[in-house]
Amino acid sequence: MKLFHWLAVLPFVGILIGPVVHNDVYPLILGMPFPLGWIAVWVVLTAVVMAVVYWLDPANREDGQ
Amino acid sequence: MIAALALIGLAALAALLLGVLARAGRVMEIEQWAVGGRGFGWVFVFLLLAGEIYTTFTFLGASGYSYGLGAPAYYILAYGSLAYVIAYFLLPPIWTYAHAHGLHSQPDFFVRKYESPALGALVSIVDLIALVPYLVLQLTGLGIIVTAAGYGVVPKDAAILIGAAIVIAYVMISGIHGSAWTSVAKDILILVVVVFLGLYLPFHLYGGVGSMFEKIAAAKPGFLVFRPSGQSVAWFVSTVLLTALGFFMWPHSFAACYTAREARVFRRNAIILPIYQLILLFVFFVGFAAVLAVPGLKGGATNLALFRLATKEFPPVVVGIIGAAGVFTALVPGSLITMTAAMLLSKNLIGLARPAATGEQTVALAKWLVPVVMLVAVYFTITGSATIVTMLLVGYSFVTQLFPVVVASVMRRNPATAAGAFAGILTGVVVATLLTFTHTTIGTLLPGLPGVIRDLNVGIIALAANVIVLVVVSALTGGFRAAAAAGTA
Repeated sequence: MKLFHWLAVLPFVGILIGPVVHNDVYPLILGMPFPLGWIAVWVVLTAVVMAVVYWLDPANREDGQ
Repeated sequence: MIAALALIGLAALAALLLGVLARAGRVMEIEQWAVGGRGFGWVFVFLLLAGEIYTTFTFLGASGYSYGLGAPAYYILAYGSLAYVIAYFLLPPIWTYAHAHGLHSQPDFFVRKYESPALGALVSIVDLIALVPYLVLQLTGLGIIVTAAGYGVVPKDAAILIGAAIVIAYVMISGIHGSAWTSVAKDILILVVVVFLGLYLPFHLYGGVGSMFEKIAAAKPGFLVFRPSGQSVAWFVSTVLLTALGFFMWPHSFAACYTAREARVFRRNAIILPIYQLILLFVFFVGFAAVLAVPGLKGGATNLALFRLATKEFPPVVVGIIGAAGVFTALVPGSLITMTAAMLLSKNLIGLARPAATGEQTVALAKWLVPVVMLVAVYFTITGSATIVTMLLVGYSFVTQLFPVVVASVMRRNPATAAGAFAGILTGVVVATLLTFTHTTIGTLLPGLPGVIRDLNVGIIALAANVIVLVVVSALTGGFRAAAAAGTA
């Protein structure tokens, strides 16, 4: 595991912590109950984090496997 | 009504044609039939891996779950995304190894890594016990969809038999190429249907997504958040983590990754698949829209929420299109599951008795096992055994037990031995079975503990027992010593 690989821990913390900290309908996020809206936003952020990991990962360069 | 039936019939015919034509002049020897010649680019691999998102279980189940239970359904959105993060790291080494050794099934991986056909046989049995209920679930879903969208004209059992015959035909003829091509049609159709329903229904019935949730929150307090106990936040966190680990341990997903042309495909998909998964939100919206619009469905009938609402709100043509999409969500995963089960039966169980079998003989037998597997599933579906739901729960916890052994095997120095792997998996599945059939929860085992711990998913116990036995037996049989010695050498 290289250092930047640990970025992949972020989605786990991000997705799971929302309902733990605030399990209430309001405030709505994008019209959705808070826990659902939080998860949805973090699903998008998961994609962003993984895009950064992909971009930093030398395994994905042209000559990589 | 005629329009709806015609569209559903057309979908079935299209699936059959597409599935059969996918063969496209190829000779279906073992490499093509089982792993698509290991030449699939990112689109096919994406669709095969994403196939798991839109099975009948999610199409009917996710809308039914949000209709019936509310907040607990949110976990379905969370676990997939985390499974793809794990896949970024786990699938490339699995693919590389499978490619180098010409593997065809999930048990093949264990046989080669641990040099143990016995371990392969154990994994095959675990896989079969998990796969058959999953196939039954797809067929049950198909029956529900055709009956509901066809306004009850086609009897349930007839729909199941026709669906089974279609899958048998195109799996025998085209193998995994059939699954790949039909999944293209499935995902396009389902995408259009789900996004339309998920936006139209909340706006039409409630004036918007936000006001829909406000009205539900006012009518049913506590429905849109996790419960104080039982399906609580602790349940959510532990269930998401466990299901994310099990996700790619399903033998049909595991083996689908062998089809990729290169390892990078999985890393790229780890970026796109979470976004794709967001489409599930619209399935939830349909379920929630039904809460106040078609109240009163209980138990198994909650799975009908989507179709109840659709038949109430739309003309038969639209219901027919939804039904057509639903037919694909049953047939495509069904074909992948059937093929996987037939392959591992032929190669890793029956293959034990005839070690000299060539690839040609193995695939010939696998093709003839396709109708056998399917007919067993049809039998269970039509007799409607009540234990099937319990069996499915067992199935998910079963495949999760493979995770520690797979992770150990992709480490630079594998600390686990074949004996440790065998004992660990066996312990895990025995504990999981006992817990499921006795309806044990951590709360009933240890009532004195605080609520947060009592609500944890009970699957953690089976996995913990598995890991402990894996470590102890591996240590006793020299695993860790060998790994350490290799490390210092």
